[in-house]
Amino acid sequence: MSVRYFAALLLAVFGATAHAQGFAGMGTSADGYALPQPGTEFAFPADHGAHEDFRIEWWYLTANLRDQGGTDYGLQWTLFRSALSPESNEDWQSNQFWMGHAAITTPDAHFSTERFARGGIGQAGVTAEPFTAWIDDWQMTGIETGRLTTTGPNFAYDMEISAQGPFVPQGESGYSVKSEAGQASHYYSQPFYRIAGTLTLPDGPVEVEGQAWLDREWSSQPLSEDQTGWDWVSLHLDTGEKLMGYRLRSSIDPPYTVATWITPDGTPEPYPAGALTMTPTATSDVDGRAVPTTWRLQLSGKNLDISAAALNPQAWMDTAVSYWEGPVKVTGSHPGIGYLEMTGYD
Amino acid sequence: MVLAVDDVWKSYPGESGRIDVLRGVGLAMAAGETVALTGESGSGKSTLLHLVGGLDAPDRGVIMVGGEDIARLGDSGRAALRRDRIGVVFQQFNLIPSLDTAANIAFQARLAGRHDAAWCADLAERLGLAGQLRQFPEQLSGGQQQRVAIGRALAGRPGLVLADEPTGNLDEATGDAVLDLMLELVADTGAALLMVTHSERLAARLGRRLHLHAGEIS
Amino acid sequence: MWIAGLSALLSHWRRKPLQLATLVLGLALATALWSGVQAINSEARASYADASAALGETRYAQLLPREGEIPLARYVALRRAGGQVSPVVEGRMTLAGESWRLIGIDPLTVPGDVAPSGANIAGDLAGFLTGGGRVYAPPEATGALAQALDIPVLPADGIAPGVLFTDIGVAQRLLGLDGGISRLILRDDQPLGLPEVATLAPDLDLRRPEQGSDVARLTDSFHLNLTAFGLLSFAVGLFIVHGAIGLAFEQRRPMFRTLRALGLPMRTLVILVCLELLLFALIAGAIGMVLGYAIAAALLPDVAATLRGLYGAEVDGSLSLRPAWWLAGTAIAIGGTALAAAGAVWRVGRLPILAAAQPRAWARASERRLYVLGGGAAILALVSLTAGLFGSGLVAGFVLLGALLIAAALALPVLLHAFLTVATRKARGPLAEWFWADTRQQLPGLSLALMALLLALSANIGVGTMVASFRLTFTGWLDQRLASELYVTAETEAQAPALRAFLEPRADAVLPIWNIDGRVAGLPAEIYGVADHPTYRDSWPMLESLPDVWDLVAQGEAVLINEQLARREGIGPGDPLSLPGAWEAQIGGVYSDYGNPVGQVLVGLPHLVARFPDIEKRRFGVRIAPERTADLARALRDEFGLPAQNMIDQASLKAFSLQIFERTFTVTAALNVLTLSVAGFAILTSLLTLAAVRQPQLAPVWALGLTRRRLAALELARALLLAALTILAAIPVGLLLSWTLLAVINVEAFGWRLPMFLFPRDWLVLGLLSLMAAALAALWPARKLARTPPAELLKIFVNER
Repeated sequence: MSVRYFAALLLAVFGATAHAQGFAGMGTSADGYALPQPGTEFAFPADHGAHEDFRIEWWYLTANLRDQGGTDYGLQWTLFRSALSPESNEDWQSNQFWMGHAAITTPDAHFSTERFARGGIGQAGVTAEPFTAWIDDWQMTGIETGRLTTTGPNFAYDMEISAQGPFVPQGESGYSVKSEAGQASHYYSQPFYRIAGTLTLPDGPVEVEGQAWLDREWSSQPLSEDQTGWDWVSLHLDTGEKLMGYRLRSSIDPPYTVATWITPDGTPEPYPAGALTMTPTATSDVDGRAVPTTWRLQLSGKNLDISAAALNPQAWMDTAVSYWEGPVKVTGSHPGIGYLEMTGYD
Repeated sequence: MVLAVDDVWKSYPGESGRIDVLRGVGLAMAAGETVALTGESGSGKSTLLHLVGGLDAPDRGVIMVGGEDIARLGDSGRAALRRDRIGVVFQQFNLIPSLDTAANIAFQARLAGRHDAAWCADLAERLGLAGQLRQFPEQLSGGQQQRVAIGRALAGRPGLVLADEPTGNLDEATGDAVLDLMLELVADTGAALLMVTHSERLAARLGRRLHLHAGEIS
Repeated sequence: MWIAGLSALLSHWRRKPLQLATLVLGLALATALWSGVQAINSEARASYADASAALGETRYAQLLPREGEIPLARYVALRRAGGQVSPVVEGRMTLAGESWRLIGIDPLTVPGDVAPSGANIAGDLAGFLTGGGRVYAPPEATGALAQALDIPVLPADGIAPGVLFTDIGVAQRLLGLDGGISRLILRDDQPLGLPEVATLAPDLDLRRPEQGSDVARLTDSFHLNLTAFGLLSFAVGLFIVHGAIGLAFEQRRPMFRTLRALGLPMRTLVILVCLELLLFALIAGAIGMVLGYAIAAALLPDVAATLRGLYGAEVDGSLSLRPAWWLAGTAIAIGGTALAAAGAVWRVGRLPILAAAQPRAWARASERRLYVLGGGAAILALVSLTAGLFGSGLVAGFVLLGALLIAAALALPVLLHAFLTVATRKARGPLAEWFWADTRQQLPGLSLALMALLLALSANIGVGTMVASFRLTFTGWLDQRLASELYVTAETEAQAPALRAFLEPRADAVLPIWNIDGRVAGLPAEIYGVADHPTYRDSWPMLESLPDVWDLVAQGEAVLINEQLARREGIGPGDPLSLPGAWEAQIGGVYSDYGNPVGQVLVGLPHLVARFPDIEKRRFGVRIAPERTADLARALRDEFGLPAQNMIDQASLKAFSLQIFERTFTVTAALNVLTLSVAGFAILTSLLTLAAVRQPQLAPVWALGLTRRRLAALELARALLLAALTILAAIPVGLLLSWTLLAVINVEAFGWRLPMFLFPRDWLVLGLLSLMAAALAALWPARKLARTPPAELLKIFVNER
């Protein structure tokens, strides 16, 4: 298939990059779409489903896995939704656009693939009850306990998940501010999944188990024009505590950082902007791109000073919208494992 | 008189106006007479021969052949004259390439309706062509070809035989032999012979000699 | 040395401008006809390629429905099973007075190279997918379409003529389709562990990309026909070139000798000769390309009309210049020159410095040549016979045809020589003997031109007989096939019953004409229902059938198929046939169905309706006394407001069918005339070049007592005689050719065999025309001879005056 064709296609839909910045980077206004409102209480299970009146939304699951021989793996399963216009329609005329990304990372390989679909015909979608998120044959069925499947040209996986803790609202009770200017999204996570299953790799199937983290986010507002990319981590610390943090890079201002500390029982402790510092300490060459693949993270309130290093620095998502996404190993004051995502380096 | 030519003029277009090739030529020949027509190149000998042979018409003057003024004849009249009364032998032989020796010898006689098979066979025999009757001109030597041409000229027993340098394309020995044959056969048929040549030696062998200089008999 | 040598060689042409013109013009004509045909072919093929690339036909495997369309749910189920397939909707619609093929794609799943290169779908995805959508059209058509559509029409390069691109949803709306999908493109990047397509979609037909597009397969034969014609014209042109080169080289033998004697090495001489020829080839090639372009541009609209009428294939009516075409044209010009000159150059390479003492033995050489020609003719005749007896397929058909034609051409001088030898022997009188003998001697010089004439004439007779036979058969068939006097189509499904009720008391019979499109034996086919009515029993053009076949059809126990389908699949009465809808039928009969590119099946109407209740029931054939047709049409218009195009009477339908038929052969006829003109030109140039050589041969005959006019008349008679003999020889060759076309080529190309009819009047006309052409060609040199001044002829006899 023509990569250029789809790159151009996605450029039109999402702007230059994926995830937070990319999704918010389209257009210049949210005219006609619903807007995130502070103080909105999540209503489950309805909010697990799609919010089609919002412009963008995703179901974003990452997992740190290990096989019986002690080899570490990373896994990604993402479903993006975007409304192409505020006006909703049936069948082929649907305004809903869906994109799936999936990947497996091993210490020395990275497999990724993608799918596209439009809403309205049943090829892709999310239903809240019973929970099913799908595009083609990729599925996530069940959100407390469930099954996660993906197939690609050179890999596949079939996993069981079960949540060991509650859903955790990010930001101010789920209202997550993305810049000084006040752009925001609704954002909650499920960082407490146990996950186990089979990865099918070119060399054959591998039985694995580990921890997974689901992010749910929806919004209609673009990021600021000057925001050039984003570095995001979700960490499972050995103590059972979790840390979500991100750094939005700007072409004119210093980076804007946000963090949420999550206790083992699922209580979020949101930190104000600037509390977290993220510093790249090593850069890898990924097909000619300079990508920071080791980070120093410091969170003053927790005496946290750790280093997160990529399991495989070459975990580049070579999809139509491309970015870096892969598992990390955490050392320092609070050792553990986690996932790193970086956009805007291509 | 077999042939009487009086005050014949002929000019051809040249680079600077017309060139008078013949300027009031006159001559006369009786039956059985042999005449050599000599002169340097360009003196008009061949032109005179062609006019006498009905191959071309004079600008003015009288050419009587067998008592008829051929200068007045049209195209078809001259063709009939050539066919019926005159035999010609050219320097280049000019046989008909698609016909064999026998057919070439008989051709003109048959055209004129005077074909005599016995005479033709006799001619071929005497010309030494009996073995070549079924051969085509391209298969014959120069001397053989000229002998065919002589046979052709005499096959119809014409009153007048014209020859234009008949041995000019042959070596001396062959030429002499061919000329001997021609003179012998012409004498046998009683025809008059007018032969153009530039060779004094050959001219001496004919009964009379006329010299053409700058378009006039001198 | 090189320059001096080349200029010496070229000086010949300055003195013989006619020979030069013959050479260049012959080569230019050959190149022109060949490259013109190639231009037409490549233009048409490019159009198909665009069209089938638009459908992903050439690059990707496809899943096709056995009948009707693929339901949306089937597509989604396939996607949800992991199959990477992309849906395509296609249909025809009339916009701004023209018929368009509307193609709807899903840009989110389609392989990137299927969408037209010039369409910026990605940059405008929201606009393409939502709102009213967008339509991409060939740039020149956007203006008219913008008026006819309520959504933006955008220009895009790389769209085949007559094709519109849009989103699948928009296409379904515009075509009035209800969620159905025409076909699925199978992407390359299928996921790991996906079951075989056969298991995944056993209900759909898989077509591999190498099977090509329907259009390309259907039109292959048509283009092969054109190519064969181009090749024939090229061959005829090469005869001229060969003659001109041969003569020029013959006349330059003394010059070659002199050059060699002056110290020019043999290699250099041969290279110089080749350079000279290359120069001519390039010049003539360029002229030929311009001519060829003009020919192609003039013929293309007719070809496009033919292809549209006969195959429904859209071809752009305008010609674009492709670099490959220029290259191929130049190559063919050079190749043709090389072919035509090979013998002459080879002889130059073996030329002794000293001339042989004897002039060339023409008679013996030509005798040897006759043996070679006769041998060649015999071998080719054998090849032709072998291809006819044991070969199969279109290529074997053309081998048969080509070998036959060349064998006939090679045999011609042999036959003429034999005839003239007998005539010479039988001739009485010196002039007759000379005439025949001389004619025979002229044969080698004229035989190339005569061979060209034979080729052109026999092609003309063959193709003419084929077309005329076809026309006769076709009109007779139309009379049988178009039995109803009036064909009525209801405007809507709802209107149809009322229409029928209105018609029934007013007409002798109302015969439904209802059909579905499906696939039979893997290719598109039409399945028609026929009512049990004497109209069909009496007049259907049946070729072979089981006894009481109409009863069997009425009872649903047998179906009828057209000849194309029967021949393509090698099936006939008594054989089983799988129809859409898991319908296992038995073939009861085969009928002729000329002009139809696809297979057709006729089934009993009630049985078709029972299996396909949703079939469109709008068309009827009405049996009525012909004089009442107009009144009935008027009544229908008044009662139902039916537009004229929904009521077609038999006569206009016939006229329309015949018009398509005639257009189909317009190109053939044009090429035929061109080929014949080339042959005429060949005769003219041969006679003109011979005339110069002839003088020394004619002069002695003149000197021995023939007038110039008489000689000229004989020369004219000679040319006419040879032309007449060639025309006589061309008739049997043409008939053989025609038989091959009708019984072999047509069957392979179109799927039908036609009876052969003879049209002696046409031959007579053609013969007279050719004689006139030959007479005209011979008149010029003959007149020249008649008017040659004696002084000119006398030069033959003397070198001095």
